[in-house]
Amino acid sequence: MTTDWRPSAALETLQQRAVLLAAMREFFAKRGVLEVDTPTLMPTTATDIYIDSYRVDSAASFLQTSPEFALKRLLAAGSGSIYQLGKVFRREAPSKRHNHEFTLCEWYRIGMNLEQLMDEVEALVQTVFAAADSQRTAAIKIERLSYRALFETYFAIDPHRVSLDKLSALAEQSLDLVAANLSRTDYLQLLLSHCIEPNLPEACFIFDYPVEQAALARLENDERGQPVARRFELFLGGMEVANGYFELLDEAEQRARFDADIAERARRGFDHVPIDEALLAALAAGMPECSGVALGVDRLVMAALGIDDIAGVIAFPQPRP
Amino acid sequence: MATFSTSEFKSGLKVLIDGEPCSILENEVVKPGKGQAFNRVRMRNLKNGRVWERTYKSGESLEGADVMETDMQYLYTDGEFWHFMKTDGSFEQIAADESAITDAKIWLKEEDIYTIVLWNEAPISVTPQNFVELEVVDTDPGLKGDTAQGGTKPATLSSGAVVKVPLFVTIGDVLRVDTRTSEYQNRVTK
Repeated sequence: MTTDWRPSAALETLQQRAVLLAAMREFFAKRGVLEVDTPTLMPTTATDIYIDSYRVDSAASFLQTSPEFALKRLLAAGSGSIYQLGKVFRREAPSKRHNHEFTLCEWYRIGMNLEQLMDEVEALVQTVFAAADSQRTAAIKIERLSYRALFETYFAIDPHRVSLDKLSALAEQSLDLVAANLSRTDYLQLLLSHCIEPNLPEACFIFDYPVEQAALARLENDERGQPVARRFELFLGGMEVANGYFELLDEAEQRARFDADIAERARRGFDHVPIDEALLAALAAGMPECSGVALGVDRLVMAALGIDDIAGVIAFPQPRP
Repeated sequence: MATFSTSEFKSGLKVLIDGEPCSILENEVVKPGKGQAFNRVRMRNLKNGRVWERTYKSGESLEGADVMETDMQYLYTDGEFWHFMKTDGSFEQIAADESAITDAKIWLKEEDIYTIVLWNEAPISVTPQNFVELEVVDTDPGLKGDTAQGGTKPATLSSGAVVKVPLFVTIGDVLRVDTRTSEYQNRVTK
């Protein structure tokens, strides 16, 4: 047997992919968003409990899981609206939807609120879909559904207030589940990914997340006076494609969230991650009000070309068991 | 027996679940961008054939099951056990009981080869080949002149299976039948 050296994606698909990436760059150029290129190797990384970075010991650095911190330092330095289209790395089990090294398009829009950024993401998806299929006459319409509305519809619960016991009971009813010590957030994400995602519209945004899932998004009260995280995710064909925030600007609040993540990491015995003091200093100096979003380019290409395995849109995926 | 963590789950892996041997058919990682990873696993219980889906928090593990598949030749039944012989020249025999033979019972023919699943060296299931050739031992008389068109009638085969056959089939015919669907394929001899 000879070593399998050929690409997993068809050459024709790689040509189409190049056309779509060119369309994305043209989209940003037309809107005056500046392309920037920040390092993939940095001395700090994301603190999120469920984002695992590759550590490069010889360089005392981490391969970046998103260019977020570096881009925010540029914003604080007065760059104006910017985007980066490049590789990021996340140490997760490979699947049909995930490769440990993947292409992310992350951008920040000065002065935009979340609503306006969703409009822009929708316009970008329409541009890319049109570039994939010049015959497509009807533009894809992206529905907008609140996190609460989805859980009210599928489980008749308010996800912002529901108890851990109730969530655990719902999960037991809906799934044959083997999992110890799940949190409220774990249960909500489990029900969303297993029970709601398969029934989502072909294209939709979910917005206004529970505060525990705020990450780097700002908290505000919604129309019912409920504190929510001003965050959205884009789903195409039931697949999570993008994650956007109305960005947190407050340095003290950001530090408190980092500290909470780091304490939780220690409690679970996960790797320690140092705090990115440069990001905090940038926030202290003042970052302009903005919204930002990170979009998985490989997944967008999959959706645009109707390919259901990420190996079909990249040349050389990591091996899967 | 070794244990396997969710990251080692793959199609064909045999594991113990609630004390029963199961085969993993599919393992899908489901991970929100910023959330706990889960493994959605489709599996088959090798004793009763039930296929279902179970979700594991990633990092959980399962004990492996000592399960082996082997082709064996059917010899005879004594009413309580069904006896099979290995085809590797060892002439070693094993006896399968009612719970292992189940659906295969109506497709047994002496000297034919069957796939036996052994768990801790004891047979837990018997599967016939996809196509078997069996003789008709009972059916209504054939209708003259009826060759291809027309209806069907039931016919009892030497193994006990009852299948729908074309009207021209008569007692003594040997038929090729798909054991997965119980469908008549064609007549082998006349």
